[in-house]
Amino acid sequence: MNNQLNVEIPSDSEVIIGILNNSDSVLKKLYLAYFPMVLQLIVNNNGDEDEAKDIYQEAIIVLYNKIKRGDFELSSKLKTYIYSVCRRLWLKRLKQMNRFAGSDIKDFEEFLPVEEEVDKHEERDLQLSKMGEALKLLGEPCKTIMEDFYMHNRSMQDICERFGYTNADNAKTQKYKCLQRLKKLFFQQ
Amino acid sequence: MRENQLIDLIERYLAGEMTQQEREDFDVLRQKDASIDAKMAEHKDFTSLIKQYNERAKLETRLNAIHEEIDVHTLKEDLMAHPSWIVQMWRHHHSKISVAASVAILAILLTLFATGDLSNKDPRYLQLKREVDQIKGRTKQLDDKTDKIIEDGKKPGPTINAKFKGTGFALTGNGYIVTNFHVVNDADSVYVQNAEGTSFHTKVVYTDPAYDVAILQINDPAFKNIGPVPYSFKKSKSDLGELVYTLGFPGDDVRYGPGALTGASGYRGDTTQYEVYIPVNPGNSGGPLLDDKGNVIGVINGKQTQTAGAAFAVKSKYLLKAIQNIPTDSLTKSLNLNTKSTMANLSRTKQIEKLRNYVFMVKVYNQ
Repeated sequence: MNNQLNVEIPSDSEVIIGILNNSDSVLKKLYLAYFPMVLQLIVNNNGDEDEAKDIYQEAIIVLYNKIKRGDFELSSKLKTYIYSVCRRLWLKRLKQMNRFAGSDIKDFEEFLPVEEEVDKHEERDLQLSKMGEALKLLGEPCKTIMEDFYMHNRSMQDICERFGYTNADNAKTQKYKCLQRLKKLFFQQ
Repeated sequence: MRENQLIDLIERYLAGEMTQQEREDFDVLRQKDASIDAKMAEHKDFTSLIKQYNERAKLETRLNAIHEEIDVHTLKEDLMAHPSWIVQMWRHHHSKISVAASVAILAILLTLFATGDLSNKDPRYLQLKREVDQIKGRTKQLDDKTDKIIEDGKKPGPTINAKFKGTGFALTGNGYIVTNFHVVNDADSVYVQNAEGTSFHTKVVYTDPAYDVAILQINDPAFKNIGPVPYSFKKSKSDLGELVYTLGFPGDDVRYGPGALTGASGYRGDTTQYEVYIPVNPGNSGGPLLDDKGNVIGVINGKQTQTAGAAFAVKSKYLLKAIQNIPTDSLTKSLNLNTKSTMANLSRTKQIEKLRNYVFMVKVYNQ
């Protein structure tokens, strides 16, 4: 266990470069650095530690995608950005659960307006969870074919051999059918 | 072009797998048909969503792995907004404080209750209410008395309520009546009231406290001879199990009470009494106890409160004894008892019809 209160805080530029380079250690440093701040926000505003975890991870994902897209501006501090996103997410969650009693949330940090970004993220999140459901329902061998081709970028030749198709055209036809089924399952939801 | 071929082309185009020639041909196709562009955009979005899903899942796995390493519980303890000592004390000891407070409140309530402070009622108010009630009661009594006076003004007889009531029955047609000594004891004046509701003044001519017997004589000028009594007075003992009955005035009108002779001795072995199983109430005292043949076999004089239904009657033998003991100079008229029942062969209802003219309500007044 780490001593959470004396955790090393990585510099903002270190985090951005680390994420762009898919560095595990930087991601971990980032995560450990700001979790206490978010936990404090949630548990002091009618939440528990599990809800704090959910909210924090969502915020990290928002930040991660933002950095990956290359549009994180260094004008705001990472800490403030994370706090703002968490605050926005938690406010929404509280309203959904009808647990929002007071007129405002008890704050521990300054924050930025991030409504638009959070809304966009949640929209995307919804799409991804629909995709997850569709993949779950897809069944084999379609699921593996989809994963191999679209997620892991394997070639049709590889897939053809793996599944024992006699020629690449057969494999392509199968892949096409699987994709159509996946689309159907996705848009049905 | 078939859909699957189009998808294949799009994928190859996007992946940059086309030859120069193929690429140019496809660009021409796109320019001719805008729907191909739309199809391409849609396909690009959908496949990138598949890719993103994978990346998201991987990222979440990484984050969860990192999260596992945090001692969330300890961290949470440290990060709770630190409340003031009084809030902390409440958090740690609220159950004990609650119990103590409950006990204290209970004690206060009990004290208030015990001292009467809790009750809304002022003792003075209570007293006043009682007085009002008393005044109400007195007014009611006055009203009743006034009504009675007005009512009684139309009838011969006393003008005030009787203090005590009992039953009596005629010994002879000329106005001799027997009742219980305890009914007329300490009376200032005694009236008897017949079945029609007419009252007559009487005089107590003889009492025998030992047998609980009193002999009255109607001395009211309004009284006229009622004719010979239909019943006789039995001298001998009656047997257990004999069906008996009584008439009396437990209320304002005459009541019939059927029963049976259940004991040759009375209360606490009193041999001057019978025990009878008969429904009686206060007011039945002094009533006649008759057998099936219409013979008077006793005078009802009490009941045992512990045993429901058990009543007692003075045996007719002792009634006769008492009559014999009357000094001759207290009798202004002859007192010759009937020896032959004229009701012997009558049904019970016919007997009662005859009998009711010889049974009186005894009303006793003392100031």
